[in-house]
Amino acid sequence: MPDSAMPDSTTPGSTMRSPIIEMRDIEKHFGSVIALAGVSLDVFAGECHCLLGDNGAGKSTFIKTMSGVHQPTSGEVFFEGKPMSFSDPAAAIAAGIATVHQHLAMIPLMSVTRNFFMGNEPVKKVGPFKLFDQQLANKVTMEQMSAMGINLRSPDQAVGTLSGGERQTVAIARAVHFGAKVLILDEPTSALGVRQTANVLSTVDKVRKQGIAVVFITHNVRHALAVGDRFTVLNRGKTLGTANRGEITPEELQDLMAGGQEMVALESSLGGTV
Amino acid sequence: MVDAVQDERVRQVSKWRQALIRPELGSIVGTIAVFTLFAFFAYDSGMFKPQGILNWSIVSAQFMIIAVGACLLMIAGEFDLSVGSMIGFAGMMIAVFGMVLGLPMWLAILITFVICAAIGAINGIIVVKTGLPSFIVTLAFLFILRGFTIFIPQTIERKTIIGGIKDAAEGDWLAPVFGGKIGQPIFRWLGDAGFIDTFQRGSREGQPVIDGIPMLIVWAIALIIFGHILLTKTRFGNWIFAAGGDAEAARNSGVPVARVKILMFVFTAICATIFATCQVMEFGSAGADRGLLKEFEAIIAVVVGGALLTGGYGSVIGAALGALIFGVVQQGLFFAGVDNSLYRVFVGVILLAAVILNTYIRRLITGER
Repeated sequence: MPDSAMPDSTTPGSTMRSPIIEMRDIEKHFGSVIALAGVSLDVFAGECHCLLGDNGAGKSTFIKTMSGVHQPTSGEVFFEGKPMSFSDPAAAIAAGIATVHQHLAMIPLMSVTRNFFMGNEPVKKVGPFKLFDQQLANKVTMEQMSAMGINLRSPDQAVGTLSGGERQTVAIARAVHFGAKVLILDEPTSALGVRQTANVLSTVDKVRKQGIAVVFITHNVRHALAVGDRFTVLNRGKTLGTANRGEITPEELQDLMAGGQEMVALESSLGGTV
Repeated sequence: MVDAVQDERVRQVSKWRQALIRPELGSIVGTIAVFTLFAFFAYDSGMFKPQGILNWSIVSAQFMIIAVGACLLMIAGEFDLSVGSMIGFAGMMIAVFGMVLGLPMWLAILITFVICAAIGAINGIIVVKTGLPSFIVTLAFLFILRGFTIFIPQTIERKTIIGGIKDAAEGDWLAPVFGGKIGQPIFRWLGDAGFIDTFQRGSREGQPVIDGIPMLIVWAIALIIFGHILLTKTRFGNWIFAAGGDAEAARNSGVPVARVKILMFVFTAICATIFATCQVMEFGSAGADRGLLKEFEAIIAVVVGGALLTGGYGSVIGAALGALIFGVVQQGLFFAGVDNSLYRVFVGVILLAAVILNTYIRRLITGER
């Protein structure tokens, strides 16, 4: 698999051209529940855009709309400048929008190689039969893993033997290898320890430098600030605004996420540790 | 910190241990144990003479045919409890089409395969579309199919066994593919050359005691090779593992999980039909009670072979060895002169031992805790 789908002309952090994906005033209603009440977000190639919000803010609904799982009740989606509506996740994946879920990404019982190529297995012809090209798959897996800084003992190693952070990295490397232009990471660090989190964040940084647009969903302000170029905060189904790196302090972000006042009162008693 | 410790532990795994830790390990150990045991206790009984070998090979091959289907289905994350009933049903269909309706035998066999594959597909479609456990859906078919297998011959022929199939199959081109034998010239030569015994008197005087390899064994070996290559060497095999390992994750990665599962139900049904056709052609009759409890024997052989009941993990070779263990023990106890009821005790004991051993091996492989 060549990395031909990767935009090569993009320089990371380049001057603002048109965004690769833009969501405008997205609303999503489930019956009488208004999950999203007008959310806007745009992401440029080579940028890491952090989507922050507390539990129930609508982050999951929003990224599911982005990845084609839900269709917006109203609002517009532009992908590479053209209006677009994804009827299902497969359409979004085909267009180059890959989602890495916190769970549901890897199968622990299967080897790293088998996971890496799941659904995209390379085949070679042996006589009249098409067989899974295990050698090629192993080679590519080893290369991609070491490019991401993970040294596998063997590509046959079961994913269950990897740590949570390594699993996330395998999932990210897989999405990148198969031509993702937009990579949606759904809370990739929420269940990880300190060191594993650092590994995943550095993977995010590597991916961004390859010119891929990263949407990083988290409710941890420190993780967001570590890699984010821009920050959008969601609260109660609405965007509270987007800030550039360096224009906003962790405290301000935290306040926005929690919806203001109560947090200020809490903050003083907790000594700014949250 | 935890990472570093884990890494070091992982790296200590030696090549030897790595080669040892595989799904088939339990069944390899079991096979060696069983053969050693009977070599001690039943060596003089003729168990390891050509006739004896053929005897337990046939029984093992029967187990193997249904175990291959059950194995792939279980790795894909589903069960089929209707295998035994399907065997009875398929046999009866051949008899009904071939004897009662008087169709040529090859047509009766082909129609039966189509019907049984379709029933397998229905099983699979119901499981996939409703999301119900396959345990319940196929349990329903266990009763439905067995009921029809008894009802149909009783209604039209007023009996539960339909015979005379051997005569009807005479000269048919397809029937010998299931009921015939191969390699007769080789065995005749072996007999003439004195490598195997020949009959000393009677109508078959001078003929070798084994006159060929039954097609049942050929089918078993062919299915094992097919299943093993499909599972480990093809794209589709990867999808089987993925569908059983985590259907949701597989779907997220673009694996057509529903199609994989339905096809595996169809394959299991086809394996049961192959078993039934071989049996009908060998016995020359179809009985309403054929295949009773076969679904459990198939599942046990698969589990002894190292497969995980919850799917996503297992081996066709392991399942085949599991089936071999069963065949050897069932017939070996007979050769050793042990009461046959002890066979059931053995089945229970080995099932428990295999599951415990395999759980341990799997923890080593996958690092799950």
